[in-house]
Amino acid sequence: MPVITYRQALNDTLGEELARDPNVLLMGEEIGVFQGSYRITEGLLQEFGPKRVVDTPIAEEGFVGLAVGAAMLGLRPVVEIMTINFILVAIDQVVNHASKIHYMFGGQVRVPLVIRTPSGGTGQLAATHSQSFENWFAYCPGLKVVAPSTPYDAKGLLRAAIRDDDPVMFIESLALYDTKGEVPEDDDYTVPIGVAEVKRQGTDVTVVSYSRMTAVAMQVAQRLEGEGISVEVVDLRSLRPLDRPTIIASVKKTNRAVVIAEDWYSYGVTAEIAATIQDEAFDYLDAPVRRVAGLEVPLPYAKELSAASKPSANSLIYAIRKVLEGKKK
Amino acid sequence: MAKVEDTQRSALERENPDDLRHYYYQMLLLRRFEERTSEMYVKAKIGGYCHLNLGEEATIVGLMAALTPDDYIFTNYREHGYIIARGVPPGPVMAELFGKETGVSGGRGGSMHLFDAKTHFMGGYAIVGGQVPLAVGAAYALKYQGKPGVVVAQMGDGTTNIGAFYESLNLAKLWNLPVLFFIVNNGYGMGTSVEMGSSEPDLWKKGASFRIHGERIDGTDVLAVRDACRRLRARAEQEGEPAILDVVSFRFRGHSVIDADRYRDPEFVRSGREKHDPVRNFAALLHDHDIVDDDWLKAMTDRVEKEVQEAIDFANASPDPRFEDMYVNMYATPVPNIPGPEDAIREVKINRGEL
Repeated sequence: MPVITYRQALNDTLGEELARDPNVLLMGEEIGVFQGSYRITEGLLQEFGPKRVVDTPIAEEGFVGLAVGAAMLGLRPVVEIMTINFILVAIDQVVNHASKIHYMFGGQVRVPLVIRTPSGGTGQLAATHSQSFENWFAYCPGLKVVAPSTPYDAKGLLRAAIRDDDPVMFIESLALYDTKGEVPEDDDYTVPIGVAEVKRQGTDVTVVSYSRMTAVAMQVAQRLEGEGISVEVVDLRSLRPLDRPTIIASVKKTNRAVVIAEDWYSYGVTAEIAATIQDEAFDYLDAPVRRVAGLEVPLPYAKELSAASKPSANSLIYAIRKVLEGKKK
Repeated sequence: MAKVEDTQRSALERENPDDLRHYYYQMLLLRRFEERTSEMYVKAKIGGYCHLNLGEEATIVGLMAALTPDDYIFTNYREHGYIIARGVPPGPVMAELFGKETGVSGGRGGSMHLFDAKTHFMGGYAIVGGQVPLAVGAAYALKYQGKPGVVVAQMGDGTTNIGAFYESLNLAKLWNLPVLFFIVNNGYGMGTSVEMGSSEPDLWKKGASFRIHGERIDGTDVLAVRDACRRLRARAEQEGEPAILDVVSFRFRGHSVIDADRYRDPEFVRSGREKHDPVRNFAALLHDHDIVDDDWLKAMTDRVEKEVQEAIDFANASPDPRFEDMYVNMYATPVPNIPGPEDAIREVKINRGEL
């Protein structure tokens, strides 16, 4: 099976979906002439022309709202928001409009819209360019929120999102764009929205994660295997709907859980998962659930401070050791 | 004076009298619908916020007379009259205000969120300015798919101060989209006058730096509204030229049913209603020109009274939405791991102390 980057998987999928359905179009800042701030849309303007690959002015509220309205009339816009930080100026259109329209109007109209955007921090981008807001959108009924961790899932979930008739937030990660993985050719597979996956089987502890933190969890699981610690890694893949049964089944098997996410500790994704485990698997737990999340500061610029503010492999290992304390070998 | 009369007479003579009578009927229907809506609100048949179109009847009927079935309409939350004038029967509209399953939005939207796909009434929106980019997007879709028609982005005067409005103007002109920015200028955004909120109170000029043509229109004159809309609609459809219509009318009551209107001088309101009542003025005009007589006017009053009463009866007799349907229409494409009817029933029972 060919090995390609996460970026290539996204770029290929966008091109294939543009070719498949004439109602699919891409919109966003710098996606055409500039070829994409992170080169996800590279070459697509040349291949499909300016009707299908639309460079927008810097007006997120305007063009996100425009995409919602266009979707209501049957187009299938795939909007790129340069980073998730910038979507805050368009959040009214996502939360008050896109997520409500199908339900609030009695099911009379659909909003087949995808908003792609990278979330999280990397490369000293500092306080306003390193945030994780996928939990804000996952909070909102009516939206679907996905966050793939591998090139295979990136392709399968982006296909599913573009073909879905609901608004989907498609969360990417700058730090994942150059990661590689196997992606089958000539296979029109999709990855179902709302379904998590056990990315690695284990018996001692469950690590619940998504996006870049799944990649970190997989490395940690590999490392700890040498010490005789067997880590099961659950990749949520979708934050809304949240696949609670897969999380609970894993915790019932391992009896211990660590939850890791890049966002801030309080009110973050890890809090939701920990509460879910408490609700549905309390009697199966042999240790309190531990959470690994970002430090609660506006992310500082200075290199060492910046790195120390985001969860690392070491912070995950520390948490795993803590939940395994007292476990009989 | 005689000259003005002659001009008006000849203008009226060019009109089809049936059209004129129909406009009057529609305006009277909206007037009576809103009066009875206010009454139903006070009787607690209607909840939430409730904004009335009283005083804006000519603005609404004039706009709708200019539109074709191809066109789409996005409005703000003061929209009962728009959906009725667009052709949706008053019954399902009143049922929506009552929160019934038979309402235009299945009882899930309420007064501020009316919708009817069949007539391209694309919704009332209750976040000020939110509907404007949506309407521009609908116009984008029409152009993309090469379909006929234009899109109306209706809004209040206060909306012209929000950022979404300006981003929408820029995109509409940048991409030559068939959209009409239809500003219902009743002089007040809640209690804030246009002069208090807009550095440029001539709202029709607000498209100037976007190279968008704007006009001020007498929103109490149904024919003036219709003619301006027809002209600018044709231009939008044929040339992809968006336009701003600054349609001036008089708000008869407070911002919403529960607003006591303390910020306006009662004498100003009284005289405004006296002078700018589009329904009464149009009746007088038609009567003076022998297009209608007293009997006809009386018959119309009776007909409208009956139709609105039937709408209320329909709403009263309609079923409430079922608890088990709480999550219906949550998603258009089915997805696993979401709550279903059994979850809804269980949660409702707990909530109501039945478990």
